[in-house]
Amino acid sequence: MTKSRFMLLLWILVGVLLISITFAVMLGSVGITPGIIWEILFAKLGIPVETSASRAQAIIIWEIRLPRVLLAALVGASLAICGAAIQALVKNSIADPYILGVSSGASVGATAVILLGAFSALGMYALSFAAFLGAISAVVMVFLLARVNGRTSVIRLLLAGIAISMVFSAITNFMLMMSKQQGGIQAVMHWMLGSLAGAKWSNIAIPFCTLLVVFILLFMNYRQLNALLLGEESAGTLGVNIDRFRILIIIFVSLLTGVVVAVSGSIGFVGLIIPHLVRMVVGSNYKYVLPTSALVGSIFLVWADMVARIVIAPEEMPIGIITAVCGGPFFIWMLRKRRYSFGEGE
Amino acid sequence: MILLQVESISYSISDKQILDDISFSVAQGQFIGVIGPNGSGKSTMLKIIYRHLKQTSGLVTLFEKDLLQFPQKELAQNIAVVSQEAPVLFDFTVKELVMMGRTPYKKWLARDKDEDYAIVRDSMHLANISHLTNRYFSELSGGEKKRVLLARALAQQANILILDEPTNHLDIEHQYQLMDLVRELPITIVAALHDLNLAAGYCDELLVMKDGALFQSGTPEEVLTKETLQEVFRVNAFVSKNPFTEKLHLFFYTEQ
Repeated sequence: MTKSRFMLLLWILVGVLLISITFAVMLGSVGITPGIIWEILFAKLGIPVETSASRAQAIIIWEIRLPRVLLAALVGASLAICGAAIQALVKNSIADPYILGVSSGASVGATAVILLGAFSALGMYALSFAAFLGAISAVVMVFLLARVNGRTSVIRLLLAGIAISMVFSAITNFMLMMSKQQGGIQAVMHWMLGSLAGAKWSNIAIPFCTLLVVFILLFMNYRQLNALLLGEESAGTLGVNIDRFRILIIIFVSLLTGVVVAVSGSIGFVGLIIPHLVRMVVGSNYKYVLPTSALVGSIFLVWADMVARIVIAPEEMPIGIITAVCGGPFFIWMLRKRRYSFGEGE
Repeated sequence: MILLQVESISYSISDKQILDDISFSVAQGQFIGVIGPNGSGKSTMLKIIYRHLKQTSGLVTLFEKDLLQFPQKELAQNIAVVSQEAPVLFDFTVKELVMMGRTPYKKWLARDKDEDYAIVRDSMHLANISHLTNRYFSELSGGEKKRVLLARALAQQANILILDEPTNHLDIEHQYQLMDLVRELPITIVAALHDLNLAAGYCDELLVMKDGALFQSGTPEEVLTKETLQEVFRVNAFVSKNPFTEKLHLFFYTEQ
């Protein structure tokens, strides 16, 4: 991939993302034209424009639809870059952002809030707070289990991730089994499959800032991520302080994944397939993989959320089902491609 | 000038002694060959020199400074390695891989500058892989891959180049091509070699290892004697001269 072709691809993806966002905001029971969306956007940004929008339209666009679509884009971008980074960290193509226990830990937190009313003092932020707390505790445990002789072992990271996920899932399932409230159980299921319905301006600020910071930090380290793909020994001889770098990546990735899961539940598959899809097109160089993954991930999730909203309207389908249903067959198609080796090398 | 000094290093895993009290020094511009049978500790010793492993006791100094004190980046600016295996997860183009040799010189967010591209070009030219620039690594033959990894090491512009069995899996033409290439480099080289005739033909000095200890060291003529070969490699050898290169040449036979 040459630099100019990459820049072209990037601009095309930015265009597609903007069109997708516009389209997603238009979609719904109240009809809205693309012109109105941009008028309201400019008006809100303080640029004086003539607008034909009614007050109701303005509220629907600005307070309800736009935050949700933007959250979809943020979550998609976050999961995709976390997936890409974690695949380099554990040098394994089956890794996704949840492999270090994030989603199972978050589920325990969320379930405790929904079913047991934990952290009720925090009001509407209880769910996100508990989910984030659960996610981070799980990752910390996984990390401590993977430390041997002051070094982080990759295989132990993976296995500790599985073990901790099992334990945490058991706790979630236990709470579900013991619960008598049907509505609560359904709410937990809904949360675990992911939903963007809770999007508000107030709760997309933190994901946005975290995404921005983590993206910049990962992108600044693209050379080190590339070197990690060559193996521990080669990365070391290229001047990468492996152990310190691994810890940094774990912190970045679990922070961002934790924040995202806290606001949207554990949406599956995005973090696994998007980086692979992107590598098929731009190659393995993280200089290209990271920005492209962010854009493709956000486009994918914006569309997935649209489908989630309309497929059984007026009910909403959990977005995790959509990503799996669309992602699964696509991933199987990718598996059959010969040119892309999923990191096997030969 | 002495670049690298190894002072009585030992290495053991649990109770098993892998390396036992090894000392030697590497002077600027030397081509040092490390020879010895399988399991004699050649690779382990090299790994300690490029700090992938840490010795159990003893001291390695680089420019008279303890090797363990070097920050990883500075170490990579001084020592470049072509190790035995290069498992590449996911695929990179040759150009991308060689550019990775510039990693130790890069700060956060630093761009690839014209200077880096020039160094990468020169390294690829030296390693004779300029025609492979945009090919994918996984599509290359064994000999081409070795040369790509060599080019990456050259792009590190290090003072010392460490080669762990660089001619492994190469056919005879590529073995000699690679050895010719590295000998011409204006760089200090420490290489573990399996082929004793290659070692005799190219190295200034040989270190002979046996059971984790340094058995002998010296010029090929001093070291590659009938007696040493018998004792270290358990083969009978007839030591002769290559009539074309005037270098030492060995013939091996068993008594059957």
